[in-house]
Amino acid sequence: MKKSVILGAMTFAGLAAGAASAGTLDDVKARGKLNCGVTTGLVGFAAPNANGEWEGFDVAVCRAVAAAVLGDSNAVEFVPTTGKTRFTALASGEIDMLARNTTWTFSRDVDLKFEFVGVNYYDGQGFMVPKELGVSSAKELDGATVCIQTGTTTELNLADFFRSNNISYEPVPIETNAEAQQQYLAGACDVYTTDASGLAATRATFDDPSGHVILPEIISKEPLGPLVRHGDHEWGDVVRWSLNALVAAEELGITSANLGEMAAGTENPEINRLLGTEGTLGEMLGLSADWAKNAIAAQGNYGEIFAKNIGEDTPVGLARGLNAQWTEGGLLYAPPFR
Amino acid sequence: MSTLTDPPKEQFRLSMLLYDTRYRSATIQVIAMFGFMLLAAWLINNTIINLNTLGKPVAFKFLGETAGYDINQRLLDYNNQDSHLRAAFLGLLNTLVIAFLGCIAATVIGVLVGVLRLSSNWLVARLMTIYVEMFRNVPVLLWIVLIFAIVTEATPHPKVYRGVETGAMVVTNRGTYIPEPLFSRSLGDIHLFGSSPLRFDVSLDLIAILVVLGLSIFASIKMRQRADHIQETTGDRPKTWHMRTAVIVLPILVLLIALGFHLGYPELKGFNFQGGTHLRNSLIALWLALSLYTAAFIAEIVRAGILAISKGQTEAASALGLRPNRTMSLVILPQALRVIIPPLISNYLNLTKNSSLAIAVGYMDITGTLGGITMNQTGRELECVLMLMLVYLGISLTISAIMNWYNEAVKLKER
Repeated sequence: MKKSVILGAMTFAGLAAGAASAGTLDDVKARGKLNCGVTTGLVGFAAPNANGEWEGFDVAVCRAVAAAVLGDSNAVEFVPTTGKTRFTALASGEIDMLARNTTWTFSRDVDLKFEFVGVNYYDGQGFMVPKELGVSSAKELDGATVCIQTGTTTELNLADFFRSNNISYEPVPIETNAEAQQQYLAGACDVYTTDASGLAATRATFDDPSGHVILPEIISKEPLGPLVRHGDHEWGDVVRWSLNALVAAEELGITSANLGEMAAGTENPEINRLLGTEGTLGEMLGLSADWAKNAIAAQGNYGEIFAKNIGEDTPVGLARGLNAQWTEGGLLYAPPFR
Repeated sequence: MSTLTDPPKEQFRLSMLLYDTRYRSATIQVIAMFGFMLLAAWLINNTIINLNTLGKPVAFKFLGETAGYDINQRLLDYNNQDSHLRAAFLGLLNTLVIAFLGCIAATVIGVLVGVLRLSSNWLVARLMTIYVEMFRNVPVLLWIVLIFAIVTEATPHPKVYRGVETGAMVVTNRGTYIPEPLFSRSLGDIHLFGSSPLRFDVSLDLIAILVVLGLSIFASIKMRQRADHIQETTGDRPKTWHMRTAVIVLPILVLLIALGFHLGYPELKGFNFQGGTHLRNSLIALWLALSLYTAAFIAEIVRAGILAISKGQTEAASALGLRPNRTMSLVILPQALRVIIPPLISNYLNLTKNSSLAIAVGYMDITGTLGGITMNQTGRELECVLMLMLVYLGISLTISAIMNWYNEAVKLKER
């Protein structure tokens, strides 16, 4: 109750504030800082490192937007949100954008009045069980106790999956990934279910990752992406095209290593337009001409961000799979910069 | 002879509202009231306008939509195809369960600790002091989390019981299973409210048991009154205890046999135990933490109540030849109750409101269903929070009303 009242009051105050202010872009520029909502801690996606600096796949999106808007990838205030608090935080204006493994669904886009600006990770819901349980398929989980993060789409998918397979389960609702991990390891639940990428990231932090298997069933489509409030289209465009710039940069072969060289001007007009040596794309967005260059300079292009945070060489160890460029059989496809 | 003249008729003038002390306070109150209502109207208007701008006008239609999520502790039938209103109703029942269990446990522990704290035994009194100070001075959320951690970490995994003969009660890290009452010749259920979200099944077996028990107790009381009457007129008290025990025990025994009463024991099937009554760890942790925490406050209230009765009362009772325990139950406690009841009410209310911390351990109370998942899935923050506030207000006022009625009954009757 206490929390809900605070949230309610925040919504209340935030709505009053939200109506008074004009555009989020102007607000961010005036503030000199981007307020970005992330998870409370999911290794590889968003978690503070040993020095207390936030890093990860979702964090990189925040940093790229901050670099594009403010020219400084460190001008970000990271606001940790739970599955439950994230939408209220965004709707109330406490955060400018949310990059928190959030699934793009119809009702969130339409009914909750948010604007998903794209997909930065194509995911699906999976199940993780201890190897010693000897389970090889999710359909064998009849009667199992399942840990689940409350307030997520996974909660609804789980209910659908068990209902359509006509098997029963006992849900254990949990607030954050860290608590879920603790409960799962303590054996208070047999199964932990969330997005497959989240499972891999969580398993990477276990003492004995090989003692746990991720079951083959992927029971849902989970396109995860950053989102902003509905109605502020200028700001939505900024976030959307900052993300597209990262994806396009990989496609065009712009990396953090050759960025300086490319920014001096190339034979390829699309690279020139993207990096601001040709045309006025930055001006159209209300940003400086080198916005995309700054965004890419922050953490590299999409491929570099992927490899550094969740790629196969990291403890999380995710393959590119669906998240490869369209030219390589994946789903990543940035619209043309022109 | 004197002349009577009417005092000059005072004309009401507008300035009197400010300068006449008879009217001034009323003027100020009216202005303050007006200002307050203006502020409230501005806030409400602002909220409604802003919500409309956002495209989310205040509406409660979402309550009829399919909830789509499951609830682990269900007192009534529910599946994920039921509506959000049904989910909220189940959450409300879970809140009431924890509030009811918590209030009873807190009262029992609180009274015991409060009396023991006054004990002349040094060790007992000091131990109770430590208990009271420890629980009173640490936030209840921490107790809830700590007790939950203890019950999940310190108890065995269900697989430990594989191949082991388990008894009537099993303790696992998912909860404690106790035998459940079953009836092989059950009378069935009454289905109230058809198929609406508030549908409610009442077990006829339970009603039959309660009716028989009520009648037995009534008969027993009548026997006692008759014994009292005989004692008053003749001076001899007839022996009634065997009759009174029989009148309570025999009818219920006959009824239970007629209904085919037996106990269902938990059995390990697949991943978990099936059968029996499953007390989840979230319920146990929340119940223990809330009752222990509130009991610490109740203990202090009870102690204060007992100390408020003057020592002369005890001495007078002893002088009349009453034994110490009779003194306590017949003289001290009835008087102390008058001091105890009013602050006790506010502690019951606190316990009920604190039960909204349930989500910390994943107990699906109304804050977890309506104020948690439903709010999150539908994005109706304002509506959900308003409904939650109404629900808690309703529960609190009901508890207040019941306890005030009880207070009226026990308070000093002045004639």
